[in-house]
Amino acid sequence: MSKFKKKKSGELPAVNTASLPDIVFMLLFFFMVATVMRDDELQVENKLPKANQVEKLAEKKKIVTIYIGSPSTAFQKQYGVSEVIQLGDKISPVTDVQTYVNTKRNEMDEDDKDAMTVSLKVDQKAQVGILTDVKQELREAMALKISYTSLNGDPLKNLKK
Amino acid sequence: MARRSAPEVNAGSMADIAFLLLIFFLVTTTIEVDSGIASKLPPPLEDEEPPPIKEKNIFQVVVNSENRLLVEDADMNIGKLTEAAVKFLDNGGGTDPRNACSYCRGDKDPESSDNPKKAIISLVNDRQTSYKMYLAVTNELVRAYAILRDRESKRLYNETYESMMDRLNNWPATETDTPEYEELEDRIDKVRDLFPRNLSEAEPQKR
Repeated sequence: MSKFKKKKSGELPAVNTASLPDIVFMLLFFFMVATVMRDDELQVENKLPKANQVEKLAEKKKIVTIYIGSPSTAFQKQYGVSEVIQLGDKISPVTDVQTYVNTKRNEMDEDDKDAMTVSLKVDQKAQVGILTDVKQELREAMALKISYTSLNGDPLKNLKK
Repeated sequence: MARRSAPEVNAGSMADIAFLLLIFFLVTTTIEVDSGIASKLPPPLEDEEPPPIKEKNIFQVVVNSENRLLVEDADMNIGKLTEAAVKFLDNGGGTDPRNACSYCRGDKDPESSDNPKKAIISLVNDRQTSYKMYLAVTNELVRAYAILRDRESKRLYNETYESMMDRLNNWPATETDTPEYEELEDRIDKVRDLFPRNLSEAEPQKR
């Protein structure tokens, strides 16, 4: 009878955690693949609007990003609350757009220069005026390929608030 | 001598290490948006007279500072914009052989556009217009072109324009010399030519 004695102890067996690393690794790989490191630290509010006619952007090395929006809370003391332009990692006046785009273009490979796309990440609450100014500067800089970066969704839902 | 098996490495802390990495990636990364409405800006203005365009070939869209929409001098809800734009582009009112549009299925109204190749949508917006409204209007107008291109590409090649573009973008980079690739490019160009995206934005007013 002593054969069966062990089973009588009322303790629950420990849950086998051997596959826990596998699960965590799976999550880890998902996040590693799905996310892209952000180059610039955002200093402006940047909630993108939705649109459903979106096309995928070109490769990252061909893209120059310009952010437009009101300064985030930490920067409001310095820059006020009206919309500003962020080039790279600092807030700049509209007159710097040309220089910024040209500098970025010069850093690119020869093949990518023609395919350069300017991705405009504009906050959905921003006004069009400042965007128009930026577009004028881009025209002067001959950076004619642009993309209004937006999330995929119904644009009419944006307007209902 | 008894054969001793090598002692097993304790893998108990593997989960901790993986968690640490996981948390690092969770914190440092943000999912970046990599899609957007593509558009082309016109080159800087030179001092030359703009070519004459007939009034009926222009579809005027105005957005004012209160985000209201004025289409062809009439108030319009944004939900109906695409429909109106499609009707305008697909009108095909041209009568003489030079202007006629063989593939249009519109009303052939002589007061509206002659030919999709000549039809121009002109978008004017106020500086105070909000960006989301501006983008929604642009989106709706682009959608009008997409609908018509889809229709034509289905008629000619039995495949939507969108799926052709998808195939083009996902084509393996090493096989771009094949005749299939060139044929696909050719087809896309043809459909694009039937309904070119003539979406013009007014020169901003000098303040």
